[in-house]
Amino acid sequence: METLTVEPQRRTAPRRRPPSKRGRAARRNLSAYGFLCAALFCFAMFAWWPIVKEVLLSFQSTNLVDPPTWVGLDNFRTVVHDPAFGQAWRNTLVFTLLALVCGYIIPFAVAIVLNELRHARAYLRFVVYLPVMLPPIVAVLLFRWFYDPGPGLFNQILDFVGLPTLSWLDSTSTALISLVIVSTWMNLGSGVLIYLAALQNIPGDLYEAAELDGAGIFKRIWHVTIPQTRLILLLMLMLQIVATMQVFIEPYMLTGGGPENATVTVAYLMYQYAFVYGGNYGAGSALGLMLMVALLAVAAVQLRLTREEK
Amino acid sequence: MKPRNLAILLTTGLALTATACGGDSSDDGAGGKVNITVACQPAKTAPKQRQAWNDDVAAFEKAHPNVKVKSTDQQPCFDPKTFAAKLAGGQMETVFMVPVTNYADVISKRQAKDITGDTKYVKNFGDIKQNVRDMVTKDGKVYGIPNVSYSVGLVYNRAVFKKAGLDPDSPPKTWDEVRAAAKKIAGLGKDYVGYGEYGGGNTGGWHFAQAIYSRGGEMVQDHKAAFNSAEGKAVLQTLHDMRWKDNSTGSKVNIGWESLMQLMAAGKTGMMLGAPDVVTDVVQKFQGKVDDYGITGIPDGKASLTGGEAYMINPKANAAQTKAGLEWIDFQFNTPGKGRFDFARGKANGEAVGVPNNDYMGDSPTGKKLAEERKANASLPVEYYEPYVATSTSVEPKLEPEKAQELYAVLDVAMSAVLTRENADIDQLLKDAESKANSILAKS
Repeated sequence: METLTVEPQRRTAPRRRPPSKRGRAARRNLSAYGFLCAALFCFAMFAWWPIVKEVLLSFQSTNLVDPPTWVGLDNFRTVVHDPAFGQAWRNTLVFTLLALVCGYIIPFAVAIVLNELRHARAYLRFVVYLPVMLPPIVAVLLFRWFYDPGPGLFNQILDFVGLPTLSWLDSTSTALISLVIVSTWMNLGSGVLIYLAALQNIPGDLYEAAELDGAGIFKRIWHVTIPQTRLILLLMLMLQIVATMQVFIEPYMLTGGGPENATVTVAYLMYQYAFVYGGNYGAGSALGLMLMVALLAVAAVQLRLTREEK
Repeated sequence: MKPRNLAILLTTGLALTATACGGDSSDDGAGGKVNITVACQPAKTAPKQRQAWNDDVAAFEKAHPNVKVKSTDQQPCFDPKTFAAKLAGGQMETVFMVPVTNYADVISKRQAKDITGDTKYVKNFGDIKQNVRDMVTKDGKVYGIPNVSYSVGLVYNRAVFKKAGLDPDSPPKTWDEVRAAAKKIAGLGKDYVGYGEYGGGNTGGWHFAQAIYSRGGEMVQDHKAAFNSAEGKAVLQTLHDMRWKDNSTGSKVNIGWESLMQLMAAGKTGMMLGAPDVVTDVVQKFQGKVDDYGITGIPDGKASLTGGEAYMINPKANAAQTKAGLEWIDFQFNTPGKGRFDFARGKANGEAVGVPNNDYMGDSPTGKKLAEERKANASLPVEYYEPYVATSTSVEPKLEPEKAQELYAVLDVAMSAVLTRENADIDQLLKDAESKANSILAKS
């Protein structure tokens, strides 16, 4: 009897097959997928959806109350025919170039110097990083005072050493470079920190070998430092281009795009369309989309270069 | 908690939060309690004014037992950067303030409710000047209740005038007199600016419009730019000469509406174009000396750009909320002796009372009463503003041009050019600005 009662049970309950390899892996990773879902949800909500929304908006006209209407390429036509459009792109590109010259080379040079130092290294690193801790708005306001044509610090210094004072933000020839100086100063610390990390990963014996071969400091930098940090240099180049092409806070706070549109940038023009010219979000989004496409192209080139490097 | 459970909890939590974000409390509106939200509660940094506002809310609720008022204290209470998003997201107050610069935009985009049949809830609506009511009316429909209206004049520093040997009781009446006075003030020393002017951030173009109106010029006529005229040229030429021949405007290109007021408060700037509320801000916000400022009519006085504000109703408000909102506007902003017009309380709270910054009721009975009460409770020297009051009736008030902000941005270029370049070609600047403006005006 015992056998009879047990046997049917065994027959009715099918033998559970051991989970497949993939199933086991999936189960093992369940919690990881849970975390991933949360992260993906956040990304989708706060990063990807706004991008999709921006693309949609650039083809729509909306007052954000009634349903939007599709207007085709009208928004793109509006911004392209804007008299400030060409100048905004020119200014953005010039700003990016200048920012690359200042904001790319200077942090690298400072990092090399800091890396070479034997004393007070930690203290100087802190000093260099300090501006990053300052809220950008405070830094910009600080420079507004530095640049003041009257009692401003820079002109006081120029005056003190007997040099002619400059108009800084109030002249078409100096306004843009003045903004680059602010930008470089604000971002110097982060750049230096990243370069320093890369420099410290270079094996010391490479330098020793170079020294034994009679290489001086510049030859060591050229033949050891730069090749060894090439990947990080490429990465920083792209980050720098992406960041500087979106420059907004400096013209917004310091020059209002002037004088004579000398500091109007694409991001600033975008802001003007969305919030100054009576809420033309469609045209602002169209400009944003153009900027995004330009930056995607830069990123694609960078990815290709990095791949080749590897 | 196991990591797996934690992850599930996190995901569920996020999903629930997102769902909750879309929710909105609704108002029954029919017979029950009517909930309204109202903008412009004074900030916590102004405790006396805030307390006065809260007292008003309590008094209003007592008089209207079925209405519950919730205040918001965003400062400034109208922010073009967040306005549309707040409206779209259901966060806009039932009653919100709109400055005159944004009336046309808000009304044309149907972001304010048509209250044509409901103006009866504002007792003194009929006393508001017709030309001021016209500003919030489109195609015969009313979209707001104006509460402030004024026109631009010349604000000047009486202390600096005295120091420069000028008579503060006889301020400049023409642009030539402004230039002469500015030159004398600049002669006081290198830190002194005779006449302050803007050159960017749309404020340059905004002041260009004020100056060209004062000379009898126009910004736009028949949907075409009209500023490339003798008057427009005179605006730029005067400014250029003051900057480069007299050196009386300072060497800084000011941007942002507050920058000139800060300089004025610092006591080194002699004159600037501005509405009477500039004095209120200079004294209250920027700690200028109460006795230092005077206002006179705009130089040449052919016409003057008007400023002001109105309260509007959220287009999503139901009938009961609309009625309650308009009753709040009536109580807080349109009744002599109450709310904003409780001048006695304002004086007791240390507010700058006495500036003639509101003429929206004109010579109506309400207007006369308001003027009397303001004078009786003034904490500022009202006699210093008499030149402005005396000239205001003869100056034609003018509205902002169509596509105002875009045109101001275009004219910023010309204004900043004459302030930064000695060899600026004024004819060319105006020609360029005209063609840019015409392409903007040609767009629908």
